[in-house]
Amino acid sequence: MEYPIGLSIIELKKRAYMARKHIIKMIYLAGSGHPGGSLSAIDILVALYYNFLRHRSDEPDWNERDRFILSKGHICPALYTVLAMTGYFPVEELKTFRKIDSNLQGHPHMLKTAGIEVSSGSLGQGLSIANGIAMSLKYDKNSAYVYCMVGDGEMDEGQIWEAISTAGHYKLDNVIMIVDFNGLQIDGKVDEVKNKNPLKKRLESFNWEVIEIAGHNLKEIIDGFKKVNSVKNKPVAIIAKTIKGKGISFMENKVQWHGRAPNEEEFKKAMAELESGEEHLDAI
Amino acid sequence: MVKVYGEIPTRFGYGDGLVELGKKDERIFVLSADLTSSTCSDRFQKSFPDRFIEMGIAEQDMLGTAAGLALSGKIPFVSTYSVFVTGRAFDQIRTTICYANLNVKIGGAHGGISVGPDGATHQALEDIALMRVLPNMKVIVPADYWETKKATMLAPYIDGPVFIRFGREKVPVITKENDHFDFGKGIILKEGKDIAIIANGLMVHQALFAVEILQKKGIFATVINLHTVKPLDKEMILDIAKLTNGIVTAEEHQIYGGLGSAVAEFLSQNYPIPIKIIGIKDRFGESGKPKELLEKFGLTADHIVRECLKVMEMKNGK
Ligand SMILES: Cc1ncc(C[n+]2csc(CCOP(=O)(O)OP(=O)(O)O)c2C)c(N)n1
Repeated sequence: MEYPIGLSIIELKKRAYMARKHIIKMIYLAGSGHPGGSLSAIDILVALYYNFLRHRSDEPDWNERDRFILSKGHICPALYTVLAMTGYFPVEELKTFRKIDSNLQGHPHMLKTAGIEVSSGSLGQGLSIANGIAMSLKYDKNSAYVYCMVGDGEMDEGQIWEAISTAGHYKLDNVIMIVDFNGLQIDGKVDEVKNKNPLKKRLESFNWEVIEIAGHNLKEIIDGFKKVNSVKNKPVAIIAKTIKGKGISFMENKVQWHGRAPNEEEFKKAMAELESGEEHLDAI
Repeated sequence: MVKVYGEIPTRFGYGDGLVELGKKDERIFVLSADLTSSTCSDRFQKSFPDRFIEMGIAEQDMLGTAAGLALSGKIPFVSTYSVFVTGRAFDQIRTTICYANLNVKIGGAHGGISVGPDGATHQALEDIALMRVLPNMKVIVPADYWETKKATMLAPYIDGPVFIRFGREKVPVITKENDHFDFGKGIILKEGKDIAIIANGLMVHQALFAVEILQKKGIFATVINLHTVKPLDKEMILDIAKLTNGIVTAEEHQIYGGLGSAVAEFLSQNYPIPIKIIGIKDRFGESGKPKELLEKFGLTADHIVRECLKVMEMKNGK
């Protein structure tokens, strides 16, 4: 199947609920994984994979495709979910996540999973890879874009700033970095572990165009992605203000939900919350 | 007499190999981290400016960018000092490049103690060990200009990541343009049944001198140029071990983790015989002229002879 397909906001919201249920379930079944950052990123990924990214789930190597690089590889439950939902592999496969012989490794591996552009899991490396792909696309006069999602905590890594410098220097206007700015990393608040602000100004000083959005507001996400194509001679950063654990009340903004699985009771509670949200949406 | 055809730095072979490759294969890209002329990558840069990428002093970013190019069908060579590329960017090489078996070629320049006056910070003595332990990585340590050029020109057509380690200083040219150079295959340079010397890099030349000295003592040695450290030419090593029953290895690297280790790991499990490993003995290098350092750190023909005599004694049960 070929994307983007231009879903309405209400349709995207439905997909986002469905995706959250998959994420919670796969992490619950695996008994480990990273719900916090998966839930903060999922609205953006749903909007991207259905409405913006040019891709074909039945032809993952399609040369004209836009590329998506997940630099913060630990949130692969979110990526596996949108890949399954858009048809790269059966949704049932999600329940094999992190299990022996599974195609869905604990951190993404391109040689195992259709739709994964590059293996990741060691933080800080994705943007360099995106730049290399972008340079190659330009050399080949291929007009595809390269999207790369990084975490705000991940931006502690020096390599990210080397890559920000490289993309700015080479004016890679086919690179779009999405910062999932959920304000938390493992040791606590990003502001306290290592402050990133003023991130917009910092990026602008590296010759980047910066778009700020509320990362759970699908209208803002869509408007943000729409602006990307008009930027010329600069890479684009989308700083998405998000909430870690978004969508499950007891996970929201809680650092302990960075990397642990819900127990049975928590799982049921989380699923119940998502189901009632979904029903509410249907009623509209 | 050991035949020598002049002296040329091995890095020139890398630079010239890149240019030849650039002419015949449009997929070849070269990236450099502010060390373009000393790695001889400027030769490629001049000929193919649109396929040369200056990364600045950012080795980790360079390896990631190369990974991106490889993912899109290009064949990138990254050029910088071996000490920086294998040390600073190890995780990038491991997790991004080797894990996914990406077609990235690594030119490790200024390998070994013969870097000279720059001292320990710039003398890569652990690089071969670091690269050798990575799944999917292939490791080549050529002996002279021609071998370096040939290794460079072969690398793009060997699947996945390849590490080529070469040096800064002029070293004797001991092979000819038309000599065979097959990836993964050792080269027997001298045949003798008493003992075998397995060497690579500039130690091959020293091994050939050692053979002449040994001969005068009535000991006949085989010399193998084992330019490919990984994958190991097991067949040749086993054959020679069965013939000589005693081996000395010699390399410009720590005694841990390099060529000597590779040979010993293999033989101890398959055909245990006395082995001595010549290399840097678990210490850092220092400043000095290349020749002085090779002497001080025990990387000469005389040292090889001494170790051969010890192995002969071990063989004879003394
Ligand atoms: C190089 C590296 N160091 C440390 C880790 C361990 N680690 C995994 S996730 C994480 C925190 C990431 O925080 P952030 O980028 O903000 O991600 P999010 O909050 O969205 O999960 C850390 C330190 C890692 N995966 N890679």
